[in-house]
Amino acid sequence: MMTLKVNGHDHQIDAAPDTPLLYVLRDDLKLNAAKFGCGLGQCGACTVMVDGRAVLSCVTPILLLEGKQVTTLEGLGTIEAPAPIQRAFMEEQAAQCGYCIAGMMMRAQALLQKNPRPTDEQIRAELAPNLCRCGTHMRILRAVHRAARLMDSAELSPTTQGSAR
Amino acid sequence: MTRPKIIAGIVAVLLIGGAIAAFAVAWRPAIAAIEPPAPHSFDAQLVKRGRELAAIGNCSDCHTVRGGKAYAGGVPVPTPFGTIYSSNITPDPQTGIGRWSEAAFRRAMRSGVDRGGHHLYPTFPYDHFTNVTDEDDRALYAFLMTRQPFPRAPAPANDLSFPFNHRVVVAGWKLLFLRSETCRPDTTQSAEWNRGAYLVEGLAHCGACHTPRNALGAERTSAAFSGGDVDNWLAYPINAKSPSPLPWDTEALFRYLRQGFDRDHGVARGPMAEVVSNLSSVQGSDVHAIAVYMTSVFGPPGEDRLRQASEVRAQSKLPAPPAVQANSQGASIYAAACAACHESDRPLPYGGVNLGLSTALSAPDPRNAANIILSGIRPVEGERSPIMPGFAASMTDAQVSALLNYLRARFSKHPAWTEVEKTVQDARRTQTVFLQTQPGPHNAPGDPTQRDKR
Repeated sequence: MMTLKVNGHDHQIDAAPDTPLLYVLRDDLKLNAAKFGCGLGQCGACTVMVDGRAVLSCVTPILLLEGKQVTTLEGLGTIEAPAPIQRAFMEEQAAQCGYCIAGMMMRAQALLQKNPRPTDEQIRAELAPNLCRCGTHMRILRAVHRAARLMDSAELSPTTQGSAR
Repeated sequence: MTRPKIIAGIVAVLLIGGAIAAFAVAWRPAIAAIEPPAPHSFDAQLVKRGRELAAIGNCSDCHTVRGGKAYAGGVPVPTPFGTIYSSNITPDPQTGIGRWSEAAFRRAMRSGVDRGGHHLYPTFPYDHFTNVTDEDDRALYAFLMTRQPFPRAPAPANDLSFPFNHRVVVAGWKLLFLRSETCRPDTTQSAEWNRGAYLVEGLAHCGACHTPRNALGAERTSAAFSGGDVDNWLAYPINAKSPSPLPWDTEALFRYLRQGFDRDHGVARGPMAEVVSNLSSVQGSDVHAIAVYMTSVFGPPGEDRLRQASEVRAQSKLPAPPAVQANSQGASIYAAACAACHESDRPLPYGGVNLGLSTALSAPDPRNAANIILSGIRPVEGERSPIMPGFAASMTDAQVSALLNYLRARFSKHPAWTEVEKTVQDARRTQTVFLQTQPGPHNAPGDPTQRDKR
């Protein structure tokens, strides 16, 4: 039994220590935003944040996460009150099939928390590990820039800044 | 004359003589500036040959910053004496070499002096380039002078400690360490071996990373290819001291240098990734010549080595032993985060190398293994290429250390590493810088069709 902090809440997890975080999120906590893609850390569909940094949850055993804060897409915003990153992806219609998008948003979120005004090149370099097979890359790029602007704008309350723990 | 006057006279003569001698050693004339030659004034074949030579010389690695303009310099090169920033070798007239004549270029290659007569720091490996022929210098010059001129990439001034911040000191260094014609043809060897020797000892400057340096930063020629340091990576010994579990032979070296991986040794990474990326774009015959020469540097494996190799090979096919109880954390991390790829038995480079064959885990220190665990292997932009996810964001230093200790105990025959946690801390610090400044491989290792074959 271990305690896992996800989206600001403590969860008691009854799973083997080498269970990948992704399985715990989806199967035990029913947080289904992070996707199973390749299971080998090669595609990025399973990306979540750990202590503010993008992590591939399919190759992250929970034994590594003692005392760390996990954030999933569900922790950033809701359907009623989407976070800037989610709003930006919707407004740019950056999803086609959408399978990669949760991972894309989480890695972009981690980038924007570290670097609020990334250049095209920085976004490309940062998102390189995340694959999109539909080919909405240019929209994803625009969405990340838009999210950066949205996060800047003053009317957003701190809770929707998406800096959830 | 009184005695004090005589002494004073002798001292004065010595001082003046010393000053003249120092001047003679240090002073180099400027070579007249030229009007930047038009690109079409160079022969196309010569330019093409120059492109290959520049790839063999790995020029782009030090002279192009990540995301920056090709050959515009500005890359920080950390040395024990401070940080030196690489220069602009595009034909920009103001900040590059646009006003350099071929003679000025050749002098820089051969003796490390810029057009204006200033000594260049030996981070520019003219101790190797001195071996490059006039003909090859001409081709390199033609190639560089036909690149697009860019102003120098913005970079701080060199940050060197006294007295190394004075370029005149370099003249003394050259007196001590710069030898010309260190590579002479050996008539007892094949033409291919000689070609390889010329490239390795000259333009490819393999020893710049793989040979240890003395306190003044010169290669210890008595310990050639015994392993060196570069950007917090261990450049492995590539002679009889090689820690590789399976010995190298010519064909394995050729595959590795040409395609970026060899199934018995794994995938090139760190600063070597750029080298093999460049070598994938040159004539196979030159890469093969390098492999032939380096095989003779490695030397034939002895009986002990061959016996160990067959043991390693047999063991790498066995299933994992039960986790070592003393380090269950490391074993669990390995099982959960590493084994899915490294025991997949998928062909390289898309499966991970069986770690029993890993040179990094049999190396004298855990630097390279720590670097790769933290940063992984980046994809080559726009190409199919091997990648490995980095674990810097998900593992603490203590967790990476536990993993390293487990890997060492399980996959190598050597004693445990010391100061593992400190190494991990250093790796975390330096890799951040390395990944931000290095251009990274820009073309995939050669012949992608070969990469799907076992």
